[in-house]
Amino acid sequence: MTTTIPAPRSPRRLRGRTNTEMYAWMFMRASGVLLVILVFTHLFVNLMTGDGINALDFGFVAGKWADPVWQVWDLLMLWLAMLHGTNGLRTVINDYAERDQVRLWLKVGLYTATTITIVLGTLVIFTFDPCPPDAAADLLPSFCPVP
Amino acid sequence: MSGGRARTPGRPPSQSEGSTFVPKAPAGTLYRGREGMWSWVAHRVTGIGLFFFLFAHVLDTALVRVSPEAYNEVIATYKNPIVGLLEVGLVAALVFHAFNGLRIVLVDFWSKGPRYQKQMFITVLVLWVVLMVPFTIRHLSHVFGG
Ligand code: HEM
Ligand code: HEM
Repeated sequence: MTTTIPAPRSPRRLRGRTNTEMYAWMFMRASGVLLVILVFTHLFVNLMTGDGINALDFGFVAGKWADPVWQVWDLLMLWLAMLHGTNGLRTVINDYAERDQVRLWLKVGLYTATTITIVLGTLVIFTFDPCPPDAAADLLPSFCPVP
Repeated sequence: MSGGRARTPGRPPSQSEGSTFVPKAPAGTLYRGREGMWSWVAHRVTGIGLFFFLFAHVLDTALVRVSPEAYNEVIATYKNPIVGLLEVGLVAALVFHAFNGLRIVLVDFWSKGPRYQKQMFITVLVLWVVLMVPFTIRHLSHVFGG
């Protein structure tokens, strides 16, 4: 059987393939550029301002998530970083796992971990309660009502 | 770089490239053993590491839904000196991956990108040092200064 190789740079359509891999390639670049802003700011605010890492505790998180801007910030960061990392690992698995069975199971594991992380992280942002009723008052942010 | 055919860095060479002669030494190609290959290796290693950190990080953040005590306990481990050093490593990996990622984007989309890939790689390393030095000083003074 002879295989016809289309001329380089001929339109995709003529090669009779889908564009999924091209979209994945595009997504890696677009999400990467956005992640620079999202993650660098995350690290700057959490580690460089004020007392840095020593200031991190439940009250710190409650203070941040009281602001919808930081909720959306973390949500975007969560989704973009997880999808970017997952697609990156999919490439790595395709590169090194040569046996079909191994590749399949590695991807099942990868997509399971991704789903759990994205669902859990999203729920945490939106179901977060800054003033849980039975918690010690000194651990809570200052805006919680005094019992 | 006039006559040379530079290949896109950030990915391994395809089988069809550079096979017209067999180099005597392994370093005899435009790609192998040079900045193109090492930046690709480092980009891959840091990307994989970041993914596993992020997985653990979302799990530890989820403890805010358990109780303030549980969350504060896990965040206390982040303040431990040994973990503080690991955090410098994490940020070092992230900053390299981020700047080198931007270099890959420029190589792919900027018409002069492939020509300047090596200069851009040096820029990545310089920016990495410029950011990591003040970061490390400030972060470690938080970690060790109490
Ligand atoms: C030592 C470094 C880091 C520390 C101390 C840290 C700390 C925190 C803290 C305190 C929160 C709670 C919410 C907030 O502050 O916005 C958080 C959430 C988050 N961080 Fe980080 N972070 C670090 C590195 C990173 C990196 C490198 C990434 C991305 C790759 C990242 C991604 C996230 C995400 C996605 C959330 C939201 C989690 C959720 O939805 O439950 N963090 N981090
Ligand atoms: C901070 C900004 C980031 C930028 C600018 C960036 C950029 C990129 C780019 C351009 C690629 C190459 C994609 C390709 O060759 O098609 C890539 C690959 C990858 N990235 Fe990122 N990325 C960033 C953050 C992250 C984070 C937070 C993670 C982990 C959760 C991650 C994990 C990966 C992985 C695993 C790969 C695949 C490596 C390979 O195929 O060798 N990246 N990144």
